Amino acid sequence: MNTVKSMIDAHTAVAELAGDRITVGVATCGISAGAMPVLETLKKTDLGMLVDPVGCAGMCYNEPIVTVKQDGVFSIYSHVTKENVEQLIKSVREHKINEKMLVGHSLSEIDYYKKQRRIVMENCGIINPLSIEQYVAKGGFTGLERALSMSGADVIKYVMDAKLRGRGGAGFSTGKKWSMIATRAGKKYLVCNGDEGDPGAFMNRTLLESDPFRVLEGMMIAAYAIGADEAFVYTRAEYPLAIKTMNAAIEILNKRGLLGNSILGKVGFNLKISVKKGAGAFVCGEETALMNSIMGNRGYPMPRPPYPAERGLWGRPTNINNVDTMGNVASIFKMGAEEYVKVGTENSKGTKTICLVGKIRRPGVVEVPFGMPLREIIYDIGGGVDEGREFKAVQMGGPSGGCIPANLIDTPLDYETVTKLGAIIGSGGMIILDDQDCMVEVARYFMNFTREESCGKCTPCREGNTRLLEMMETITHGKAGPKDLGQIMKLGMFIRDCSLCGLGQTAPNPVISTMKYFMGEYKEHVVGKKCKAGICKDLIRG
Amino acid sequence: MVSIGDILSRYSDRSDLIAALEDVQDAFGYVSEDHMRAIEQTMKIPLVDIYGVVTFYSAFKLKASGKHLIKVCSGTACHVKRSDLIHDYLEEKLGIKDKETTPDGKFTLESVNCLGACAYAPTMMIDEEVFGQLTREKVDKILEDYK
Repeated sequence: MNTVKSMIDAHTAVAELAGDRITVGVATCGISAGAMPVLETLKKTDLGMLVDPVGCAGMCYNEPIVTVKQDGVFSIYSHVTKENVEQLIKSVREHKINEKMLVGHSLSEIDYYKKQRRIVMENCGIINPLSIEQYVAKGGFTGLERALSMSGADVIKYVMDAKLRGRGGAGFSTGKKWSMIATRAGKKYLVCNGDEGDPGAFMNRTLLESDPFRVLEGMMIAAYAIGADEAFVYTRAEYPLAIKTMNAAIEILNKRGLLGNSILGKVGFNLKISVKKGAGAFVCGEETALMNSIMGNRGYPMPRPPYPAERGLWGRPTNINNVDTMGNVASIFKMGAEEYVKVGTENSKGTKTICLVGKIRRPGVVEVPFGMPLREIIYDIGGGVDEGREFKAVQMGGPSGGCIPANLIDTPLDYETVTKLGAIIGSGGMIILDDQDCMVEVARYFMNFTREESCGKCTPCREGNTRLLEMMETITHGKAGPKDLGQIMKLGMFIRDCSLCGLGQTAPNPVISTMKYFMGEYKEHVVGKKCKAGICKDLIRG
Repeated sequence: MVSIGDILSRYSDRSDLIAALEDVQDAFGYVSEDHMRAIEQTMKIPLVDIYGVVTFYSAFKLKASGKHLIKVCSGTACHVKRSDLIHDYLEEKLGIKDKETTPDGKFTLESVNCLGACAYAPTMMIDEEVFGQLTREKVDKILEDYK
């Protein structure tokens, strides 16, 4: 077997990463904050050092972010725009630290990162996403080499030993999923699900844009383990930069001979990877709908069984894993399963990437070990809610999830514990709500979302959610009575039990969970005809 | 200008239908009946299936969009940061309702479910560029650049 280092010369990249260097974060968040003109200006200016575009370190609230390593000192600067970049250039020319723009001299000394554990995101915001040399310099593809030194069955056992659970939502054992398809003969497919439709979640986009080779390495390991020779990265159309980055990264792997036939000299390990772009349909995150979309059809879900592992794309066995799961696979083989299982709780191993958004001071993408209490994530990392506001609840798991109220904020981040409370970890979106948010209105919002995104194939979801939305609207419009609350609950249960796919089965969750914890607020709406948060317009009177 | 023939020469497989339609949408701003018939002929896919796909996915339009497509995010983070007010303001400013195009054909306004730039809520996307932390003033300034 060949080694990656024999094919990719990482010597220069090692020196690049260790030497004087300026980086500018140009993932989607950075660009929307104005990073592009900053990068262009720095590139045009002769400062005698490398100016590198990098991805996103997750610190969205500080974008655009520029780092400077000069005279052996590393500095992180925030809010660098085309208006103030000249000041930074002046400081660099004078070999001085620009104290005004400085955030810190290492990630670990910034409050936002102190409690984080960056395993999957270790390269994000550090390396040039499309420099395969820098990826290799950071230990990239050592995981693949480890995997290829084992048999496929042993790779699966290794993933089981690491107790990896799928990061897309359900938390199913990845090793078990792989073992169901590995024993099947003939043509098999692998899919990396980057549809990420949950509003409030963008960790997949961040990883695809910032460290594409890690996702691809995870896919290569998965394909080897299950014996698939064709793979797809399915990405939503709303992520043009992620699509561009993945296509470019795949092209690099093709050119460097890391995809194709007998990869790394391993006879029989052949793999072709391509990107498939969605076209704007939330339901396509559901695996059977996603497969229909890849085949060029309407994104209708199909009843399971048969599961994709039995009959998937073009009738062949297919394995589908989330982007974050693939990132974890690469990390497990890089660091070793025995190290990986030291992180997290008994049943939820490793870390979870979380998107902290909504009414929070420091919004962004964070990576924390499982088991961390929500309080630490929201307050110690996210900085809590704004001055003068009161934390009310955290919405987790998108339209399939639920809310966890302020009095349960010490709940640890763990699949089982969060599910028991009526929410789900899901893909990892956390939307922080404060006293100016109306829980009834938030539930109505999600019902509107689901009604729009229901594919319309099965009646309970198509009609049920439409009726449920109407009933929620009678509350927010002040036209509902106490009896309606029971009706809403009854219909919610019916939709949950009778819908065809995950979208419908989980659609009423936002309503059920807010009723569980915020019944008082519902009653204020239907009995007192009041909305304390002041959101429901029809209930605000003089 | 790309022609429908150019686009279709790149695709042959049934599974390429969505990719082909995306290219058509990008090149012409919508998918017309003629486009669908051309796809039927070259890719040998029944017209009804093509129409089914076009009407299923929100990215495909049956009517011409404006020169610039403004997508206002209504994802949860944007929603709680009152993206509805930004949407209302754009409706007022452009003098159109959701999914409509300005009479001069410059802008089409559309509310979408999540752009995935939630840390910058409220957000909007014009063509392929994302703008965040929107206020009325910021919207005014951004639209100036598209004049």
